[in-house]
Amino acid sequence: MRFVYLALALLSLSMPARAEEIVLGLSQDEVAITATFEGSHILIFGAIKRDGTETLEGDLGVIITVSGPKEPITVRRKERRYGIWVNADAVEVDAAPSFYAVSTSAQLDVVLKDIEDLRHSITIPRAIRSVGAKVEDSEAFTEALIRIRSDARLYSTFIGTVDLEEDTLFRTAIDLPSNITEGDYETRIFLTRGGVVVDEYDTIIPVEKVGIERWLYRLAQDNAVLYGIMSLMIAVAAGWGASAAFAALRR
Amino acid sequence: MLIYLPIAEVSVNAFLLLGLGGIVGILSGMFGVGGGFLMTPLLFFIGIPPAVAVATEANQIVASSFSGVLAHLRRKTVDIKMGLVLQAGGLVGSGLGILVFNYLKSLGQVDLLVKIFYVVFLGAIGSLMFVESINTLRRTSKGRVASKRRKHNWVHNLPFKMKFRVSGLYISVIPPLLVGMAVGVLAAIMGVGGGFIMVPAMIYLLGMPTKVVVGTSLFQIILVTAFTTMLHATTNHTVDIALALLLLIGGVIGAQIGTRIGVKLKAEQLRILLAVMVLGVCVKLSFDLLLTPSELFVLGAAGGH
Repeated sequence: MRFVYLALALLSLSMPARAEEIVLGLSQDEVAITATFEGSHILIFGAIKRDGTETLEGDLGVIITVSGPKEPITVRRKERRYGIWVNADAVEVDAAPSFYAVSTSAQLDVVLKDIEDLRHSITIPRAIRSVGAKVEDSEAFTEALIRIRSDARLYSTFIGTVDLEEDTLFRTAIDLPSNITEGDYETRIFLTRGGVVVDEYDTIIPVEKVGIERWLYRLAQDNAVLYGIMSLMIAVAAGWGASAAFAALRR
Repeated sequence: MLIYLPIAEVSVNAFLLLGLGGIVGILSGMFGVGGGFLMTPLLFFIGIPPAVAVATEANQIVASSFSGVLAHLRRKTVDIKMGLVLQAGGLVGSGLGILVFNYLKSLGQVDLLVKIFYVVFLGAIGSLMFVESINTLRRTSKGRVASKRRKHNWVHNLPFKMKFRVSGLYISVIPPLLVGMAVGVLAAIMGVGGGFIMVPAMIYLLGMPTKVVVGTSLFQIILVTAFTTMLHATTNHTVDIALALLLLIGGVIGAQIGTRIGVKLKAEQLRILLAVMVLGVCVKLSFDLLLTPSELFVLGAAGGH
């Protein structure tokens, strides 16, 4: 009997009782990059399940983030030296997502407290990890990273684009631009009450090259010599073909 | 029509690439340059990652040069013997160039040095050719036919003489070997086939007739760029075959048209046009170095250059 109590106690420790819980649906489980890939449109929707014990303090908010694979990146700043612009200082950003989109159901300061943002790394500046930068104004470098990626439509924040109906149903659409890279796209849904996260739901949307794209990519990586020879053969054949075609035209 | 490039990992308009390939192909056929010094910056501009642009460009040049050289072979304006001698020097030069390049890379700032190389060489070669061609044109238009006197200088006293029948030269193999080597070094550092250095070098240093120069230059570019393509494909995996295919379809057609235009132009006109083009790229690159850029920050892969 004591064993059962222990098990129950452990269970309740590992899975804290959540009064409000997210139930999620996705319009597609994966994104396939084909030769004519022009970006993708993913519908994220869901409902909030309640067990009746919830305390309805503070306004309900929903925040949805989609993050591409994280990788280290070097940000360099140009400086004028001897009259010409050269790359001067550099900052290594330890992990920056290749793509990042945040959608919220209301103004950010309403749905998310700073301390919660820090804990869960939700907004774009928080999602970028940069430690141990040796340059004085290293924030300028991460700001530049965000600016450049935002201009390329890779980083974006959409305020109020999550529709929340009757405090129960929510939905939003995320646009993946055509310049995204392969990888597992981590999708997180946060449920907040008065700016405090009460539930989080994580899922992965794999983005993968398929068909000829996949085949060529694998060949280039795994069979580089063959791939190189194939490239040259195509080049020579095309060159010969055009020459022969024009020679035939002249006759 | 957007096409997703498997290696570059971006979507680009297929017709834009066909057009770019075509324009550069025309120039290639006309002047005997590979066009890498034009195409590579253009590819950067439309958002292709630099490493992929440089590698894929090499593959595309193989195609347009091959197309152009066949047209020249039919007219018998390729000095294969001279091409092979230049090539022999060129391979040694490329090897040296890659060593220099890697040394510069270890120092950092390789991008800057490559740009400075471009500005200096494009500027010097462009202005030299421009002034020389204008002078020739002025002389011929005054009615005095430029006397084609062969200069007999120290070059002709060197040993190991060889007959280059197509070029009408009987000179030592040492100058072509050295020219090939020097161009090979520069080409490897600047990441191009080296046509725009080779063409003036053949005209002014070796004294080859302009009509033969174009075909011969294309001939030696094929081997250099084929070698570069294999090198990039096997070490960096950055040759994008889909990008190359789109560029080279435009390129091979352009090269055929360019060769035909080139035949109709006078040698001096051809040289002036090439000089103007070379100077144009030089001015553009100097502006990049001198003017305040609109974005002071650049992103790069960690650890890379």
